Amino acid sequence: MKNRAAYFGVFTALALIFSYVETLIPINFGIPGVKLGLANLVIVMVLYKTDFKEALLLSVARVILAGFIFGNLFSILYSLAGGVLSLIVMNALRCRKSFSVIGVSIAGGVSHNIGQLIVAMLVVETYQVGYYLPVLLIAGTLTGAVIGIVCREVLKRVEDVRFV
Amino acid sequence: MKKNDWFLAAGILAAAALLLCFQIFRGTGDHASVTVSVDGTLFGTYSLEEDRTVEINDTNRLVISDGSARMEWADCPDQVCVNHREVSRDGESIICLPNQVVVSIESMEESDVDGIAQ
Repeated sequence: MKNRAAYFGVFTALALIFSYVETLIPINFGIPGVKLGLANLVIVMVLYKTDFKEALLLSVARVILAGFIFGNLFSILYSLAGGVLSLIVMNALRCRKSFSVIGVSIAGGVSHNIGQLIVAMLVVETYQVGYYLPVLLIAGTLTGAVIGIVCREVLKRVEDVRFV
Repeated sequence: MKKNDWFLAAGILAAAALLLCFQIFRGTGDHASVTVSVDGTLFGTYSLEEDRTVEINDTNRLVISDGSARMEWADCPDQVCVNHREVSRDGESIICLPNQVVVSIESMEESDVDGIAQ
């Protein structure tokens, strides 16, 4: 327990680095706004290795810090809604035990996009944004699966490492 | 990877495909118009048939030509709306979040049906 703060700092730094790396990757999926969500790798890892509270705190800290460094107030708002919603969904699926980390990650990716879409609807006060939903569903599934597969491999290798 | 993972992914993709088909087959009406709104309030409505350029509050420039509309210029840094493909089908839209500008295509025919249904 005495290492909790130290580990939290390391994970926050890692998540921030991933956010930065993501801005460097010039992958354009042909759709504006779609990105891989590398930082979620750390969030999912922490969710599996520690608990929901820790992951939520990390997610919020990551979004606010990354928002101030790379984005703006709007991007913080969007990411926060997506991050919190996806974490709640992921935690619910993880507790049910019937999904592997890949399924949990897919649900996380999709609900992240849905959370952002809901905020976008509220901000521009129109339902037209909903037109984007199918594209975001597909993108969320694909990126979620990629993150999930990486997460499964990493989790296999840190099986006997305990962070709490 | 468990069985449920596949079900989840397949379910989400199926829902997305269904929504996409719905959007594509709804098609374009003959008398489609372009509606521009800023911050949730109506800025103006323009015919899609008539070629013209619309200046939206000095922040965005919308060009309507050949039956479709596209955002030609925006003063925001991300340029998402400028890179958006041109829109022509009913329900399609271009959205500029920083300036809270929404450009959407609305078919006159459909609003008629809505009027009857009400």
